[in-house]
This record gives sequence, structure tokens and C-alpha cells, in this order.
Amino acid sequence: MTDNTFLLDGEEIPFQPGQTVIQAALAAGGYIPHLCYHPEFKPHGSCKVCTVKVNGRTAASCTLPAQAGLEVESDTDEINDLRRTLVQMLFAEGNHFCPSCEKSGNCTLQALGYDLGVMTAGFRHFFPDRPVDASHPDILLDFNRCILCELCVRASCEVDDKCVFALSGRGLGKHLVVNAESGLLADTDIALTDKAMEVCPVGVILKKRVGFAQPIGQRRYDPEPISAQALRDAPRPPAGAGHCAACEVEE
Amino acid sequence: MNAPVEAKKKLRVATTSLAGCFGCHMSILDIDERLFPLLGLIEFDRSPLTDIKHCGPCDIGIVEGGICNAENVHVLREFRNNCKILIAIGACAVTGGLPAQRNHLDLGDCLSEVYLTEPGLENGLIPNDPELPLPLDKVHPLHEVVKVDYFIPGCPPSADAIWKFLTDLIAGRTPKLGHGLIKYD
Repeated sequence: MTDNTFLLDGEEIPFQPGQTVIQAALAAGGYIPHLCYHPEFKPHGSCKVCTVKVNGRTAASCTLPAQAGLEVESDTDEINDLRRTLVQMLFAEGNHFCPSCEKSGNCTLQALGYDLGVMTAGFRHFFPDRPVDASHPDILLDFNRCILCELCVRASCEVDDKCVFALSGRGLGKHLVVNAESGLLADTDIALTDKAMEVCPVGVILKKRVGFAQPIGQRRYDPEPISAQALRDAPRPPAGAGHCAACEVEE
Repeated sequence: MNAPVEAKKKLRVATTSLAGCFGCHMSILDIDERLFPLLGLIEFDRSPLTDIKHCGPCDIGIVEGGICNAENVHVLREFRNNCKILIAIGACAVTGGLPAQRNHLDLGDCLSEVYLTEPGLENGLIPNDPELPLPLDKVHPLHEVVKVDYFIPGCPPSADAIWKFLTDLIAGRTPKLGHGLIKYD
């Protein structure tokens, strides 16, 4: 084994110093399921779907720096069962009614469920009451589907320099909020061209008046599963500078 | 001389639709000409296709729709008590589906909106006949009421998904849908 490689399910994976395990794996054609990780943003490590077993201990591969000689287990029954349970809990916690969702077919959570073979949420559904925010003339916010991945928070802060979104509350009370005194999206400076408009992995942030323009059956995850798509998309150079000027001024 | 081979006993299958729209049953029929080989392997017990009113001992029970009223609970328990294998078919049976979209609302408010305050209703009354099953406070997916052995998601699951699932199950394999057949919408 050379200096800059580690083992992923027995396969040797080369890495550049500074890369995380998931970055090196995806770049080398080794798929590790993930949800809140996005190649263009700083790792968040919150969804834990990318959990792997490293030298006998579990770790989130999106935040774990690649090191020479690591023995990483990912595609095992044990780890995939854990991932399945995480996805099931997300489905049970929110209101994920795929038959009426404009994101169906383009949804990362749904595609992950398909690929992991999740046939049911298994748990008791919460059916929470989460009113939508339709205040903005061009954008709909449907909080029912939010999985708290913070991708919109990261995109709006790191790329758009606007910090339109944030998470508030703790535990079960944790929820997505809009950075305006009224709490309404209409009172922010979000624009359709913002990065935050593109990154929602589920159907929370939607453009109005384009619903189902792309027919069901011709969508992102229809031709091939997310495991194949993720490998084709990787690696991508970082887009965000890693900080938000707007936030720093406010502080 | 070989003993005459005994004809393989057909599996007995019951189906029903609870808080569903019969779309999943339509999708079962949508397997089209494959119904003929299927009927070589199974026979129907209680089902909208046979009009048998109560379920006897069965090998497989297929239940469409969620649980929205007291009668749904009785029928589901009848299926669970009689079927060796119980399958929840479709989004409503698996997640509560469309009927469960009322779950974040108060049931009384829903009934008044539909029967009393909706424009165009004069002297409206909330139906209260003792023959009518009482609605439940919330709509539930099947697994919240009885143990469910298998789930086929989809609204409805495609005929190909149903065919793959049933043929796997009947052949004794672990049913596996795979890409393109497993759908939640």
C-alpha cells in the first residue's frame, strides 16, 4: 500500500491530503450513500447517512479526513441497515407525501430510499403541522418536507452572501426559519438566481408556476439510481468561500 | 412406476381496500394477461373481485388503503387473523397517504368544513347514522394497527412492481423490487 491510500470495503482508494473519506471515495468511483453532504459546500455531518465503520468505530465519512491505512467499511449489511433506519426516521418525522410532491423524481431523500430499498417508514408517523410560506411572489416554501440538512443555509450564507435561512430550536422543535422580522420569505432579498434556490435535496424550496413542467418519469433519478448519479457528479470544485460577509458584519 | 404427482395446492389470497381509492386494485388488474398464469398459482378469497364478504383462512392478504374509521380497523384485524402473510399495498396503506393529509387538522373542523360551512350548503348536517362507521381522530398506516409483513409502496405501485413482488413471494424468494419498480409516487 502506498502512502496516500486507504481501504474502502477492501478496495484501495487514493486521496489528496486534505480530502475527506467521502470526497476521495466518490472521486475514485467508490459510492458512499449521503444526504446532507454536497461536494460544493463545507461538510455538515448532520444526517449521518454517510456513516462508515473505520477501524471498528462508526464515523461520518463526510467529516472524516482521509488518512493513509484506514480500513473503511461502507457497503455492509450492518451499515446499510443503519442508513435505512435513518432514512425511515426522516420519512416518519416530516410530511413526505411523494404522490403530490413537485420534487418527486428529483428528490435526494426519495432516491436514497429507493436505492437502499426502503419500503416503509416503519415508525409511527408524526404528521406534524407545518404551514407553508407562500408569501413570496415567485418562491414557495413547504416546510413539511424539510430534513434540516442546512444546504440552503450554507448556500445562502457561503455563496449568496445573504443568509436568508437558518435553523432554530432544539431536538424535535428544530425547524427552518427565514431571516426576516416578519419571518416571511417575501420580506427577504432572496432571488430566483440564488444558489439557495438550487440546493434543496427535498421539496422545500420550490419555484412557483413551473410545477410538473418536467414530467414524472423523465426526472433526475428516473434513468438510473442515485448511486450511479453521485459518482458521475463527483468530484466538483468547492464553490463557497466558506464564510459569509453579511453574517460577519451583523456580528 | 412413479406415484401420480399431486397438483400443487393453490395459494389462497384475500384483498381489500380500506381508506383507499381502489387504484391499487386497478393496478393489480393492470398486470393484464399475466392474470392467467397468476390464477394458475392462486385463488381468491375475500376480494372486491369475488365479492366474498368475509375472509377465511388465507396464505396471503393484500390490503390497500389506510385506516380512517372503525370499520377499517375491524377489517384489517380480520385480515391479520386469517392471513399468514399480510401485505400493505400502495401509499395509503404504507404511509396513510392522501386521507392522512387531514391529520394535522382537527376532525371536527374537517367535518364542519365539508358538511356545514362550505358555501352552497344550506341546512347542512354532519352525517350521524348508526350504520356509518365512526371516523378516527387520525388516519393511520396499517403498520400502526397490526403487524405487517411486507410493504409495496407507490401511488399506485405499477403492475410490473406488483407482478415482480407477487411472483418473488409465491416462488419463495425474498421480494425485491429494485430500481425503476420501487416508487413512492
